[in-house]
Amino acid sequence: MASTAEMKDENHWGGASRPLGARYGKLMMWFFLLSDALTFSGFLTAYGLMRFKYEKTWPIAENVFTHFPGIEGDQPLLYVALMTFILIMSSVTMVLAVNAGEKMNRGAVTNWMLWTIIGGLIFVGSQAWEWYHFISGDSGAVETDHAEILHVYNEEGERLSFSQLVHGMENGHASNHGETFTKAEVLAALKANEAYYLQEPGKAGEKFDHVASVNFLEQGDIVQGANMTHNEYGRKQFANFFFFITGFHGFHVFSGVVINFVIFYNILLGTYERRGHYRMVEKVGLYWHFVDLVWVFVFTFFYLV
Amino acid sequence: MADHKGTWWIWKIFWILLIITTVEVVLGIIKPEIMLTQLFGTAILNYVFIILTIVKAAYIVQVFMHVKFENKAMKYVLYLPTLILIPYLTFILLTEGSYLFQ
Repeated sequence: MASTAEMKDENHWGGASRPLGARYGKLMMWFFLLSDALTFSGFLTAYGLMRFKYEKTWPIAENVFTHFPGIEGDQPLLYVALMTFILIMSSVTMVLAVNAGEKMNRGAVTNWMLWTIIGGLIFVGSQAWEWYHFISGDSGAVETDHAEILHVYNEEGERLSFSQLVHGMENGHASNHGETFTKAEVLAALKANEAYYLQEPGKAGEKFDHVASVNFLEQGDIVQGANMTHNEYGRKQFANFFFFITGFHGFHVFSGVVINFVIFYNILLGTYERRGHYRMVEKVGLYWHFVDLVWVFVFTFFYLV
Repeated sequence: MADHKGTWWIWKIFWILLIITTVEVVLGIIKPEIMLTQLFGTAILNYVFIILTIVKAAYIVQVFMHVKFENKAMKYVLYLPTLILIPYLTFILLTEGSYLFQ
């Protein structure tokens, strides 16, 4: 930090003054993070815009992300809560690594960096698992010839999967478990059960009577799973934004893990010990916390709100 | 930075973040009836989520990213662009976007 005496020094314009009190590398990392923060806020506000536009039929995240490894049935929010916890935890181990670096404690830096890398890998793996379930689909849906998505319901207003529709309530599963169905099978089952009807997804989706429902399916087709053009959960924009935002964030996490590994390797080699400081750990630490910071917002706007 | 003794201050923030996240998840699962009242176009629950998120973000930026311990000029350099541009972007996009309904 420059003292008052130094500021008055004739060298003031010659580089002696350090108005931001931060070193070049750290400052450049911060500038990158600022621009990245604006990029992510652009994505999230665009998501908000689309969501406002299709408010009534926008898929409700709790009805989309309901799986938890090893547990059957609906577990809304639980898995993503675990992912959030893992990322916060790896952020904590990163601060511990930076803290140990300031004290030149090589053993502790090595240890905490390793935990940070493990946390990051678990997070990326969890995201891959969630993508897999999102892409392979859950209950299946009807897509009309106007590309509107409709879900199957029974007389009690319960959402039915294709498995329950085709095999009957007793023999079917609440999730299709990877079984694929043909339009003819679904159509025959829907025709046979006169109390069953189709309804739009979302908070205020419209209900259709049995005759209209059968007509929609005859004109349209069935969808199982989600990709960029068809999405059984609802609006295809939902899947587009899901893939794009969590994908872009996941790519950040992946690059973070790679960069963390490079730094970890250098710690093992003793590079920073020879250099006399662990400022590189502090710089990647900033990036890693930023990844956590973005996830805090993605978690809120994609899963909670 | 040198004013930190030990690591208790890191674990304190960890517990704060964990508790806030738990509260968010529990509220998200039970969705209390009283908080679903509409206020300025969205449920009160959503305001609660957004406020809790900003609190979490503030702890991460201030403590984990050390901005609290930077000098004043550095704080302005980091906070002013984000706190002006992001609300502006949100405001302009959602306002202009409301014409999509018409």
